[in-house]
Amino acid sequence: MTTQWETVIGLEIHTQLATQSKIFSGASTAYGAEPNTQACAVDLGLPGVLPVLNEQAVRMAVTFGLAIDAHIAPHSVFARKNYFYPDLPKGYQISQMDLPIVGNGHLDIEVDGETKRIGITRAHLEEDAGKSLHESYHGMTGIDLNRAGTPLLEIVSEPDMRSAKEAVAYMRKLHELVRYLEICDGNMQEGSFRCDANVSVRPKGQAEFGTRAEIKNINSFKFVEKAINHEIERQIEVIENGGKVVQETRLYDANKDETRSMRSKEEANDYRYFPDPDLLPVVISDEFKAQVKATLPELPHAKKQRFIEQYGQDDESATTLTSSRELADFYEAVVKNSGVDAKLASNWMTGDVLGALNKAGLEISQSPVSAERLAGLLKRIADNTISGRTAKQVFDKLWNGTATADEIIEQEGLKQITDTGAIEAIVDKVIAANPGPVEQYRSGKDKALMALVGQIMKETQGKANPGEVNKMLIEKLKG
Amino acid sequence: MSLTANDVKKIAHLARLGIDDQDVESYANDLSGMLDLMTQMSELNTDNVSPMAHPLDQIQRLRPDVVTEHNQREHFQAIAPQVEDGLYLVPKVIE
Repeated sequence: MTTQWETVIGLEIHTQLATQSKIFSGASTAYGAEPNTQACAVDLGLPGVLPVLNEQAVRMAVTFGLAIDAHIAPHSVFARKNYFYPDLPKGYQISQMDLPIVGNGHLDIEVDGETKRIGITRAHLEEDAGKSLHESYHGMTGIDLNRAGTPLLEIVSEPDMRSAKEAVAYMRKLHELVRYLEICDGNMQEGSFRCDANVSVRPKGQAEFGTRAEIKNINSFKFVEKAINHEIERQIEVIENGGKVVQETRLYDANKDETRSMRSKEEANDYRYFPDPDLLPVVISDEFKAQVKATLPELPHAKKQRFIEQYGQDDESATTLTSSRELADFYEAVVKNSGVDAKLASNWMTGDVLGALNKAGLEISQSPVSAERLAGLLKRIADNTISGRTAKQVFDKLWNGTATADEIIEQEGLKQITDTGAIEAIVDKVIAANPGPVEQYRSGKDKALMALVGQIMKETQGKANPGEVNKMLIEKLKG
Repeated sequence: MSLTANDVKKIAHLARLGIDDQDVESYANDLSGMLDLMTQMSELNTDNVSPMAHPLDQIQRLRPDVVTEHNQREHFQAIAPQVEDGLYLVPKVIE
């Protein structure tokens, strides 16, 4: 019998905190500036400078801690993590070791309809390093220190995940949360949200963990799943061939879909942490904590529950609409502005609006149709001024222009015909002109009715109410 | 606790310190002496003493999140051995 393997995964996620200035200096953290124009004396590690801690970074860390139900350390300490690399000018990174600001918390994820609680061991504040550019400097390496000193919150999970799928679900959930809390912009291309995965395998039923490998810097949800799955296969193969997994750091190569060994962990791990004498202990008072708690927004899970109760949504559309704070706010603005049935609004949001945004590759914040203009359209569907079908035409025009729904309906003459006499005349005309389908319908072929309805809608240029046409037609064909 | 010559070489390497082979032995002695002092101190009963992260009995002051430092690249790069396109150049660090 072949061994059944179980995978054990823990994730370390680095989130860049969305502060204006750096964690220990007054230099800007804005992305994309000219190299080294945002690297001040503190960031460069010049002699004689001292770090001063950014209050907003502390506030954001506490915000996160409260949102995951974690212990907030009343007393936390910064430490030096010592290693040499040119993008770290001081020769050490200021981080936290023994006393991190955020202790034990948790996050619930959903996989295949099941809820699972993932433990979060800790989250600590630290500074980001600069960037090394290895190409085209006549055999030298170019260093850009703009990123050096950007505040990071490193969020370390328990080894609670058992598949790549769970790891991705956890990462997505965390991504959603930090954006809800507005402590990180979540931009993965720009490196604002980065993931390292600790992966090991063990025979099912064994209590001890297997030897783990750490996969560094996997910067998309898709790659996390692929990289972890690849690593699981690799480890199982090594063990089944009689070998041993080595504890090491591996780099995922997306082009080749494989991980490869980066460096031996034994030397890299000798960081010789010690408390940073330049920084005093950080004390979080109960008042500070209470102040932060008062500013916490409604969290994704609570919002989803409220959408289900308040707007009568099913689980799926509530999940979709609360997947980002912007999207949820947009939806609520549409409902409020239009006063229409919440269900009509959610159908339009999850269908037409998200469909069009996806197709155009846009975020909800970039939507060419504002919540107000969409509300204008939904009002006219709800009061039967236009049919659902005409509404799609109007939506296209809203998307591609600046006019309001009412202006478009007026200009294009799209108002639904409510004059029963006028519709009746057209119905009679179509019945007279189509003896074939009429005969078929009367002899029991219900499908023939569709052809007649189609003709009538064509005659009215889609302005008749299809429900009413149907009713009238059936009535007349009976007689 | 005493350090071996190899320990000393390893620590020196981690700290990127160049030391002469002839000095290794005396460093090992001196450092071992310091560690012995630590060992002696750790014999004291500290049950009622809370761990201290800093000798100053004060807490960290926080700074408001405001950009106060502006671009001084020209200044800083004037003292750098080699720069190009606004980057600091260093010997290549990967193969």
